[in-house]
Amino acid sequence: MSVTGAPRPHRPWKGLGRPRGQPSSEARAAYAPFLWLAVFFLVPFLLVAKLSLSDVVLAIPPYAPRLDWSRGLGGVIAFVRALDFEAYARMGQDGLYLAAYLSSLKFAAVATVILLLVGYPLAYGMTRCRPSVRQALLMAVILPFWTSFLIRVYAWIAILKPAGLLNMALAQIGLPPVDILNTDTAVYIGLVYAYLPFMVLPLYAVLERQEAGLLEAAADLGCTPFQSFWRVTFPLSLPGVAAGALLCFIPMVGEFVIPDLLGGSGTLMLGKTIWTEFFSNRDWPAASAVAIVLLATLVIPILLFQRQQTKMMEQR
Amino acid sequence: MNAKPRLNIGAVRSSFAPWADPSAKPLVRFDQVTKRFGGETAVDAVSLDIYEGEFFALLGPSGCGKSTLMRMLAGFETPDLGRITLGGEDLAGRPPHLRPVNMMFQSYALFPHLTVAQNIAFGLRQQKKPKDEIAARVDEMLALVRLEGLAHRKPDQLSGGQKQRVALARAIAPKPRMLLLDEPLGALDRKLREETQFELMALQQRLGMTFLIVTHDQEEAMITADRIAVMRAGQLAQIGRPAEVYEAPNSRYVADFIGDVNLFEARVTEDDGDIIRLVSPEAPEGLEAIEDDEIAIGSTAWLAVRPEKMRVHLDPPPPGPNRLEGTVADIGYLGDWTTYLVELPGGRTIRAARANASRVVDRPVDWDDKVWLTFAPDSAVVLTR
Repeated sequence: MSVTGAPRPHRPWKGLGRPRGQPSSEARAAYAPFLWLAVFFLVPFLLVAKLSLSDVVLAIPPYAPRLDWSRGLGGVIAFVRALDFEAYARMGQDGLYLAAYLSSLKFAAVATVILLLVGYPLAYGMTRCRPSVRQALLMAVILPFWTSFLIRVYAWIAILKPAGLLNMALAQIGLPPVDILNTDTAVYIGLVYAYLPFMVLPLYAVLERQEAGLLEAAADLGCTPFQSFWRVTFPLSLPGVAAGALLCFIPMVGEFVIPDLLGGSGTLMLGKTIWTEFFSNRDWPAASAVAIVLLATLVIPILLFQRQQTKMMEQR
Repeated sequence: MNAKPRLNIGAVRSSFAPWADPSAKPLVRFDQVTKRFGGETAVDAVSLDIYEGEFFALLGPSGCGKSTLMRMLAGFETPDLGRITLGGEDLAGRPPHLRPVNMMFQSYALFPHLTVAQNIAFGLRQQKKPKDEIAARVDEMLALVRLEGLAHRKPDQLSGGQKQRVALARAIAPKPRMLLLDEPLGALDRKLREETQFELMALQQRLGMTFLIVTHDQEEAMITADRIAVMRAGQLAQIGRPAEVYEAPNSRYVADFIGDVNLFEARVTEDDGDIIRLVSPEAPEGLEAIEDDEIAIGSTAWLAVRPEKMRVHLDPPPPGPNRLEGTVADIGYLGDWTTYLVELPGGRTIRAARANASRVVDRPVDWDDKVWLTFAPDSAVVLTR
């Protein structure tokens, strides 16, 4: 604050606020999430991005160039010069990567549709229950999160394997056994199972918030219960449909554990491809390039998801 | 009631009185309708006729069963006993979407994903009307509720008063046999509510549609309705024109629920045909009222006097019946009215209200002034229950 000779008019409310130009502690606290993102998201991302521009060498670690700080600025320039897009170029030439891409998108898309078909009636049914039952069902949806994801996927192996629970049950009722484990079907089962809560919860949230009076109004204006659903309930639940679909689709594209454990050798998914490049082929740049391209593709649905979320928050 | 000519009650004359015509057929008839929720009886053997073109109000405190009665007519609740007919047709078993009545909901229940025009067209689309007919009707409705410019707004871009109009237009658009209004003005502020009450009345007259309104606001019922049914604990306490319900209540409950009232518990000592005389410890000089109905000598009755029918005197009027003496305990100045709370020697507080008909008063009444209250015999009503 500057000091002037003239007495200032008495304005007691002045000085109650914080001095200008200095952020308040609240404003500073608002930066904390950004710091978190910078440390735990941006830095790892930049590392991966740098890796994707490197070349494969037989060494530990298996890539070059490496930044030599002892050579000062010259070292940095030499380092940047050595980076190239070779890994990306190789991705373009090898049809396997594109196939893995399309296959991943297909898996995620089909599983999302199945999740919607399974999750919507589930969420809708839950909102139609008495509040006490609703709470119990909600718990049942969340409960699996209390167990390790890996263990739950292994449990599916026990169910689906040739002499597993499923085939035992089929044998009991006199049906021929099915060989599902290590097929795409098993991957779909695993995906739908694992991501169901992510579909049900946002759907439940929008359906539960819906004013009961709206259905009465629809009935009053001549809608049968089915017409009320199509003209009122469903259109109003679309934000939840979008949120659930994106919340499932985005991580499913890069899913690794489920295709690895339940899928067969023919199951082509990007998560597996990245793993193979990293650990089997020791081609870190290629693996990083695949990961970066995957991220870039998912930016669009992620942005869509963000916009949807903002819209939903505004409606509250 | 007896055959003697009744007193002219109230300040309104209306020739519209289908309920007085024995040959008139009611549009809606509630016949001994009972509804229970768990162990609670929400509506208890209510019988009620509503006539074509009538503006009928169900009035009562919350929980008196008025909303349940309306919801049974709309089909959202099923009566446990009794039947409801519309135009002579039994409505039992008919789901809400097949009933030719429309409801305007207290929460408005506008569809948030649809525009104003789409909301109004909702019922028309359900009736499978041709497109151009729907568009014409929507325009007509928008003009009716004066929302022409807002056809493409979404409900969350509207003010409370505008939402209320959309809800009204949406309910009227399909041309129902009857419009049900559930506390339609409850969410509006006072000034807007008053305006809208008169608008509703004008609208109902213009459309000639039968309106049934549910409200706990006596003013709303009095202004809008042709007839009011006052409800108490699931039963009908009284049905009548607003003036009848106010000036000739049939019970202490109705007298007390509609407006303010001073009640004197008294014993009947004399009945000479027109004038009934009573004695009460609260009125040492006796009480007098004009009453057509005969009341047994010696029985207990209540004399009901409205505050605005009490006259306040600073000088003692000549002694006689209907004269009370007390001191001013409190004064409530409302601008148009002033309410005086006068404490009688026995400790009882009486309400007297005076219209502030002139700006300048010679001798204003002050706190702790000694005053006399009088009322005319025809201003008092004798109640036996």
